[in-house]
Amino acid sequence: MNPAGVARVTTGCSEAPVLRERGQREVFCGLTGIIWLHRKIQDAFFLIVGSRTCAHLMQSAAGVMIFAEPRFATAVIEERDLAGMADANEELDRVVTQLLARRPEIKLLFLVGSCPSEVIKLDLSRAAGRLNEKFAPTTRILNYSGSGIETTFTQGEDACLAALVPEMPEAPAEAPASLLVVGSLADVVEDQFRRLFDDLGVGPVGFLPPRSSTELPAVGPNTRFLMAQPYLADTRRILGKRGAQALQAPFPFGAEGTTAWLKAAADCFGVDESRFSAVTALGRERAKRALSHYQQQLAGKSIFFFPDSQLEIPLARFLSRELSMRIAEIGTPYLHRQNLAAELDLLPEGVVLSEGQDVDRQLDRARAARPDLTVCGLGLANPLEAEGLTTKWAIELVFTPIQGYEQAGDLAELFARPLNRAARLEV
Amino acid sequence: MQLTVWTYEGPPHVGAMRIATAMDGLHYVLHAPQGDTYADLLFTMIERRNKRPPVTYTTFEARDLGTDTAEIFKNAAREAYERFQPQAMLVGASCTAELIQDDPGGLAKALALPIPVVPLELPSYQRKENWGASETFYHLVRALAGPHAPAPGTERPPRDAGRRPRCNLLGPTALGFRHRDDVAEITRLLDRLGIDVAVTAPLGATPADIARLGEADFNVVLYPEIAQTAAGWLTRTFRQPATKTVPIGCGATIDFVKEVAEIAGVDPTAVLAGAPSRLPWYSRSVDSTYLTGKRVFIFGDATHVVAAARIADKELGFKVVGLGTYSREFARDVRAAAESYGVEALITDDYLEVEEKVAELHPELVLGTQMERHIAKRLRVPCAVISAPVHVQDFPARYSPQMGFEGANVIFDTLVHPLMMGLEEHLLGMFRGDFEFHDEVQPSHLGHGAAPAQDQTQIKETENEKAEIANVAQAVTWAAEAEQELRKIPFFVRGKARRNTERFAEERGLATITVETLYDAKAHFGR
Ligand code: SF4
Ligand code: SF4
Repeated sequence: MNPAGVARVTTGCSEAPVLRERGQREVFCGLTGIIWLHRKIQDAFFLIVGSRTCAHLMQSAAGVMIFAEPRFATAVIEERDLAGMADANEELDRVVTQLLARRPEIKLLFLVGSCPSEVIKLDLSRAAGRLNEKFAPTTRILNYSGSGIETTFTQGEDACLAALVPEMPEAPAEAPASLLVVGSLADVVEDQFRRLFDDLGVGPVGFLPPRSSTELPAVGPNTRFLMAQPYLADTRRILGKRGAQALQAPFPFGAEGTTAWLKAAADCFGVDESRFSAVTALGRERAKRALSHYQQQLAGKSIFFFPDSQLEIPLARFLSRELSMRIAEIGTPYLHRQNLAAELDLLPEGVVLSEGQDVDRQLDRARAARPDLTVCGLGLANPLEAEGLTTKWAIELVFTPIQGYEQAGDLAELFARPLNRAARLEV
Repeated sequence: MQLTVWTYEGPPHVGAMRIATAMDGLHYVLHAPQGDTYADLLFTMIERRNKRPPVTYTTFEARDLGTDTAEIFKNAAREAYERFQPQAMLVGASCTAELIQDDPGGLAKALALPIPVVPLELPSYQRKENWGASETFYHLVRALAGPHAPAPGTERPPRDAGRRPRCNLLGPTALGFRHRDDVAEITRLLDRLGIDVAVTAPLGATPADIARLGEADFNVVLYPEIAQTAAGWLTRTFRQPATKTVPIGCGATIDFVKEVAEIAGVDPTAVLAGAPSRLPWYSRSVDSTYLTGKRVFIFGDATHVVAAARIADKELGFKVVGLGTYSREFARDVRAAAESYGVEALITDDYLEVEEKVAELHPELVLGTQMERHIAKRLRVPCAVISAPVHVQDFPARYSPQMGFEGANVIFDTLVHPLMMGLEEHLLGMFRGDFEFHDEVQPSHLGHGAAPAQDQTQIKETENEKAEIANVAQAVTWAAEAEQELRKIPFFVRGKARRNTERFAEERGLATITVETLYDAKAHFGR
């Protein structure tokens, strides 16, 4: 609720004006990333050091109780922990010991900071160091913050991966060039990309995060990395510090995005044009065919993105360029121009970009724009539907495999489904 | 610190949200970080509300700490007032803001808004959701109705004989288990008794309605967890009597009608005459014989657990083998009820402890919350949901109260549905050898065609189940004759027989299950 409110700012690196807002944000905090990260890294456990609110958030956002004992839990800070710091550290050690006794199969334990643990300055990196003395190497203990005062939704994954980077083995300076794909992808998507890279002769290829904490890829000056997700600014920076170099590319959404993304790797590894088109031809063609089913339904329809996962800009690019949708507004929690350079160039001219949020004002804009489709969080979807706006839950875009050629049609379908449904209903 | 996987209750500010969201014309300004906005989805998704909860979150960030979080709060409160023009405002802090001690109450006061502003102090590190709801409602009632209180010691003037008695219905909130329908059912019941409802609160009330709570002749406390504290204050301040009976179940509804008739001075005969509920006859009809002595485990909030136990024991002829609650504030009531059924109450908010207890007691039916639904599914015990916390499927489109005579009908169906139908059970036993008949057939009343519908949850759970089965398989093996004998047992109890026998063998350290073991186990578990 900054009194300065809305300011139109033109930045140095892009002509597009950006609406910067600092009001109420209606976005999850970084803890939520645990929901997909714990499925991805199968021998890792995520222990949130937080409050009952944090535990309740996880339970509510996870769609409640899928597993008897999931690989995440909350050490709920209680009144007596707040009384003295020594006490809280001892309590944390006790909880970790209890947990690891119950779950001896855990190889990697993340202590995940929350707002309360940050505010009381509970030093989780020291706690991790202390606990490592006791439990490493059987269980490695790392820490990162998923707190809502520091991280917004997908930034939790950024913090988690940034904590993993120092754990990656050192690739020697004379090691051959290798490719690292950064950002969690569904296993099925990862496998598809791995096959494509193999066919292109690009490799060796590593993925961060790996499926098992014991399979962390090596990194060094000959590592080139491709970002698979747009929200990994810190991870990118820390990989740079380890000597790895980022490849600039749009994100692998749709036929165009996937081709450009693969091309960045192919060019770097000296794959010739003909081989590249031969390897990607089938995928490109299938993606285009799949997208053509939705072309008619989506072309010309307007779409409004509320800020959520930072996937908004690449998705808007995909929808505008490959499905001819009109962009009413792209809201994003943060705009990392460096990560998105290749994307911003592809956006239609004059598009409305907003960074940060003031949810009430943004709702006013959405109501005024009356978009055909509004992409928003779960707190806003039903109220907007009740006002006659068709919505798409943003969170589904994070939980569903949507990258790559074979998923291009699924991605389009996610946007077409609410429109299709709205068109069918006669009640 | 407490290691927590799943929780029965959210933090106390979520309780405050349940009050604010239930009402009209009230706005809640909550000093909280962005992630806490998840709570909106409880209302918009789980309860399918078509409006955003009337809550403004300040969503301060780390960079604001120590500089201008107080200023952020003041701006948020001022802008919320200007935008939403509420009749009254609640202000408070979530767990994080409680630590930074900005004093939302004091800050809001400094704004001098032209409406009543009620500060909430809800200690997040000690208390939970229901307590937060109760405390919020109490403070709201005090702040808004307080100015209309008569001078202490003033007697209540007698009711004008020319008008019908009227009462307030206290306790229904947003996200409450069947609150919407309970209110409708009890309002109708009271009307038939000749009693009007003056105000229902907080559900559907405005701050102006709260201000006139003192005008009614008495209060009906529907949900003590939420309204008992406020009702106590109203009794002390306005000399309004309050009801003690919660009308869930046939017997409790009759008691409630009598209690209300007594307080209001009306004649309950007509309302109690005839057969107000179908439950007694359904329960006495011969088909229900098979319900006799079914072993039931009950867990949930105190009010619903005490009511469910009475229904199970007295109205359906089940045997209560265990009961408990996560509502520590009402542990005493649950302990007393447990004692009357000869069992020990389980007072805990640790879901794993409840699971252990269910596994240990191996009941034939679990009555609980959505947590117990998952526990029961994993342990393959039938289950019905009788208490919050609940999920989206527990907000049915149809009219489905828990309270009153219709509520008793609904509960009869809810409790009996997961169990096998009586006559059908016998027929299945008789015809099990027939060629048309195979074990995958589900009882027809469960619908869904042949195989039990696998939902996503079940599929995901197989991971755990496989591990479980593998564990058991390692421990004990079935001799061929025992396995054959097991096949002669009707399939709908075969799974249970298998599990019980394996448990029995395991507990006795037997490596092989023989026909003898099977019948030993049957004798052990049988009744
Ligand atoms: S966003 Fe990045 S590229 Fe743009 S001005 Fe800032 S530092 Fe430079
Ligand atoms: S915003 Fe902070 S307090 Fe709230 S759930 Fe996230 S980490 Fe916990």
